[in-house]
Amino acid sequence: METLLAIVIGLLYAAGVYLLLRRSIVKLILGIMFFSHATNLLIFVAGGLHKGQPQFATDGINAVSANPTDPLPQALILTAIVIGFGITAFFLALMYRFYQATGTEDLDELKEGENK
Amino acid sequence: MILPALPILIPLITIIFLLFNFQRREWQPWIGLTGALLQLALAIFLAVQVKTQGILVLHTGNWEAPFGITLVIDAFSSIMLVLAGIIAVSVSIYSIDAIDRQRQSFFFFPMVQGLMMGVNGAFVTGDIFNLYVWFEVMLTASFVLITLGGEKKQLNGAIKYVSINLVASLFFLAGIGLLYGKTGTLNMADLALKLSLADNNVLMNTSAVLFFVAFSIKAAVFPFFFWLPASYHTPPVAITALFAGLLTKVGVYSMIRFYTLFFVQDKLFWHPLFLWIGGLTMVIGVLTAASQYDIRKILSFHIISQIGYMIMGLGIFTVAGIAGAIFFMAHNIIAKTNTFLVAGLINRVTGSYDLKQIGGLYKIRPWLSILFIIPAFGLAGIPPLSGFFGKLILISAGFNAGEYVISFVALAVGLFTLFSMVKIWNEAFWKPRPEGVPPYEGENENLPVSMVIPVVFLGLITLTMGFAVKPILEIAMNAAGQLLDPKIYIQAVLGS
Repeated sequence: METLLAIVIGLLYAAGVYLLLRRSIVKLILGIMFFSHATNLLIFVAGGLHKGQPQFATDGINAVSANPTDPLPQALILTAIVIGFGITAFFLALMYRFYQATGTEDLDELKEGENK
Repeated sequence: MILPALPILIPLITIIFLLFNFQRREWQPWIGLTGALLQLALAIFLAVQVKTQGILVLHTGNWEAPFGITLVIDAFSSIMLVLAGIIAVSVSIYSIDAIDRQRQSFFFFPMVQGLMMGVNGAFVTGDIFNLYVWFEVMLTASFVLITLGGEKKQLNGAIKYVSINLVASLFFLAGIGLLYGKTGTLNMADLALKLSLADNNVLMNTSAVLFFVAFSIKAAVFPFFFWLPASYHTPPVAITALFAGLLTKVGVYSMIRFYTLFFVQDKLFWHPLFLWIGGLTMVIGVLTAASQYDIRKILSFHIISQIGYMIMGLGIFTVAGIAGAIFFMAHNIIAKTNTFLVAGLINRVTGSYDLKQIGGLYKIRPWLSILFIIPAFGLAGIPPLSGFFGKLILISAGFNAGEYVISFVALAVGLFTLFSMVKIWNEAFWKPRPEGVPPYEGENENLPVSMVIPVVFLGLITLTMGFAVKPILEIAMNAAGQLLDPKIYIQAVLGS
């Protein structure tokens, strides 16, 4: 499972970088979303995968020996997802305003506007 | 003890008051200013507390140290909180007249307070994931501030600013994830303890590099600085001044915190790297500034150049070096914000930021030129202003540590900084008014008092820091001593 997820994370990062380097702002935003999903999965895997194990133990000693699932990475990912969601919403609104103001969503147009 | 949470709570409560009164535009600046003044007063009180009682620790929700989120204020944090308070007060006063009505009615002041909440949170937290959250709070507020008003130019700068900062945050998050996977803890003190006991530190370098990239982007350090000059000149100057004073410094703060507290094992790799990066940052920043003619762009490139000095202090890694970095950071936050505020005053008089359109200001506004000279020559490092002593401490620390190359580079960069400041001085104040330029709009109007007060206030601090070097240096030395002995921090947080 770790190997499979590692490959998926790698692919997501690669796709994210590819999209970030495109000229369209929509693709830039998609790239950042891919990046953030890849990062979330990375935390998930790095926190350790223990399939079918309890998160909380009723009697402490047995739980430690049974290698319990760590709930913390999932809490971290949840926070990161919420933040990522808010930021993406903001970025989409920003892109829309930019499109309204300039009539284009091509990043190369940014250069010309720089000194005006 | 709730004290360490107050730097976060005060801006939060101010935001609530501001939002409840958002239809009363004339109240907004005053509520914001009250919040900022309270923050400054609290920060000074906390600094005194830290001095007398040692490190202040709060375990939120009564979760003991490695499990819950811990808020910690040590000497370094308390210095940064005071500086943040000073900037918040100055910018709040300046914005009363400098920010137009429309921006004021569309949540300008709540966003400034939101930014302060993020900045203060980053300074007090003792938990790396919590630090990420405060970074996001700060960034979100800054995103809104940089786009507020929605001018084409602003949107242009905002897209670069937003996208690069998001990528940096994700690098930071990836670093946290990997570090948690390896150590099983997020608490900074616990991390420091575990990493000092771990025998295989090579594995930690992946996280360390990810953190380094993330903080370098936030701090605008050499290979990652390009977003800053592309975006900082676009919003109104009060917002730029706030960003210039605080945002990049939060990156430097985190870097100093991380690389003195827990990534201290691999010194042979990191410290020469810091020196190289610091040197390159200084040189590239100052050289690119020389070719600019927009005052705000010149000043933006100088932000980068001066970040280099702080990184240099971290690279020297002696008590004097870190103390120099802290002193320099204090000087830079004050002087840099002040130069931007003066640039705003120049724009108020002449209606332009372009040095080719401005001239003869010394003749019509002699006082303004004095207000400009104090922070500008402070940045350039002319004695007896604060920048001179900042550079002196750093360079002498460099010589004492045997780092001759970086010390000479720092000296040379000081000279180029002087060149840039003299350039602004010559072009804006001394040369006769360029021919064919219509009379300035604000030539016969008096400058609003609320815009002059913060400039005078910050100028006085720059002067005081120059004349009272010894006590301030002692405070910085004390903070640096604490930073270089992580045991004190670990003991304060974890007990025993």
